[in-house]
Amino acid sequence: MTAPIIELRNINKSFGPIDVLHDINIKVHAGEVLCLLGDNGAGKSTLIKILSGVHKPSSGSILMDDAAVAFSTPREATDRGIATVHQFGGTFPLMSIGRSFFVGVEPTKGWGPFRIFDRKKANEIAVKAVRDFGITRIDDGDRLVGGLSGGERQSLAIARAVHFGARVLILDEPTAALGVKQATHVLRIVNEAKKRGLAVIFITHQVMHAMAVGDHFAVLIRGSVAADFRKGEKSREEITDLMAGGETIADLEKEIENYMASHDGHPPPVTPG
Amino acid sequence: MTSMPLASIFRRPEAGSLVGLLMVVAFFVVTGGVEFLYLSSVGSWLSRAANLGIIAIPVGLLMISGELDLSVGSMITAGSMITALVSGFYGLPIIVGIMAALGFGILVGMLNGYLVVRTHVPSFIVTLGTLFAVAGLLLGLNIVLTGTTTVTLMAPELAKTLFGKYFGQGFQVLIIWWIVITAAFVFFVHYSPYGNWIFAIGGDKVSARNSGIPTERMTILLFVLSAVSAAFVGMSQAILFQAVQATPQMTLIFNTIIAVVVGGVLLTGGFGSVIGIFFGTITFAVVTQGIYYTSFDQTWSNLIIGVLLLGAVLMNNTFRKMALTYAPKKK
Repeated sequence: MTAPIIELRNINKSFGPIDVLHDINIKVHAGEVLCLLGDNGAGKSTLIKILSGVHKPSSGSILMDDAAVAFSTPREATDRGIATVHQFGGTFPLMSIGRSFFVGVEPTKGWGPFRIFDRKKANEIAVKAVRDFGITRIDDGDRLVGGLSGGERQSLAIARAVHFGARVLILDEPTAALGVKQATHVLRIVNEAKKRGLAVIFITHQVMHAMAVGDHFAVLIRGSVAADFRKGEKSREEITDLMAGGETIADLEKEIENYMASHDGHPPPVTPG
Repeated sequence: MTSMPLASIFRRPEAGSLVGLLMVVAFFVVTGGVEFLYLSSVGSWLSRAANLGIIAIPVGLLMISGELDLSVGSMITAGSMITALVSGFYGLPIIVGIMAALGFGILVGMLNGYLVVRTHVPSFIVTLGTLFAVAGLLLGLNIVLTGTTTVTLMAPELAKTLFGKYFGQGFQVLIIWWIVITAAFVFFVHYSPYGNWIFAIGGDKVSARNSGIPTERMTILLFVLSAVSAAFVGMSQAILFQAVQATPQMTLIFNTIIAVVVGGVLLTGGFGSVIGIFFGTITFAVVTQGIYYTSFDQTWSNLIIGVLLLGAVLMNNTFRKMALTYAPKKK
């Protein structure tokens, strides 16, 4: 097997006295989707920030293609081919599709100080890149990004990352704010990115979405990798229970049933707080 | 691109300001008569627009990038004051006075920019501070140096021709500067690749920085542009009026904001256009000058400006929504 595109070895991160991540070890190969599962506060966001160069780990190392790397700015991570797409697409709602696609790397035509932004070329490339990902509803690069649906915006952001040569795609809860149909769109695009040989790190707490595209799963609980398994090794219920931190939903159900059996079929009273 | 060119005009940021301008002109032609559109009248409101417009464009660009500049109110006085002090009171060549005025603009602009970028204090507060600091500095220095609050300046003929003279029937030479500067900004903002950066910074600063845009340098540059523009207008006013009062022009601050917002710029950033600000400025000038051609007392003009501002903002919101929800029809 070839070297993983990105690997974290014994990553620790603490903010002052608070330990947020302990001994994180994960690796992702080309054409593989790693689903990072975890409840709120499990350390998912911190892990993403380390991967995307926002934070530096307190200890441990990041390896790309078996060579140690260190990012001091998000820009360095981007230059290495690590692209992060946030929940709302991280794009500019009041800019046109063509313009927002090329922010920072505007195509130009003309000469010297009279080089002008090549709107036609930008629009054509942006629309083609999105359509190649199967979003055929986008056909006018002059449309404003804010007019797109949540799923389309995600797709645009992913298409943009891939177009600019991303090798590692970090998707931060891309489906959290989306309806069922929109989420399916995004999952299809994740699959497409995987087929193109990208290493995808897919952060979510929706087990269904994770199971639809994931090859490899890591469950994060209170800053540690509590479970690490491959596709088909665990059922949906097992994963959900893991994410809840051992306090399983099945246990809760049993507890309520027992209470009801001993109290003439009444459910337990709700105590505030 | 689209089948209906008219509809596509309404999705542009300047749509509201164009409609507003036409409505305001129609209003004054109806209430004040066509005299309002005679060449002599056009000169008066275009001159007013030029004085405001040269400052309103960079202030508007700052607003598109999510910042605000209130310090223009004392920077315009600084421009006048320094030119008059250096070339009037001390009698140095006019070019030295002009350079000193513009140089001071660069200095205050960089100070504004650095403070905003480094401290992350909202630009509203930073420039409010520099507004008062510069106003106080000017007044204090002026009294210490000259003993009065008024300085006179007799500029040579060449400087007058370039910056402070009327031609035709009441057309200030500044109108030409304004048009040239507007054209330069239209190119910079809407055609050069850098304009994209301003919109990106105003839309989402963190994403913009992560995309490799030098957001801090760009913000500082915009602050320098607005301070220098205010100093430039102040300098040419000193040459035109030949006497300078050391009091800040506080209403100018509101006037620039009104011109910019009427021109379709979104107060929270990320949306707007130079042509929109251009139209917004003319609209504002038409209202303030047009009142003299009607039978109304001029004190009513603020009422019209207030209503105009609210109307323009509502109209711009509607047009922006149209732009956002627009999707091409299925063929």
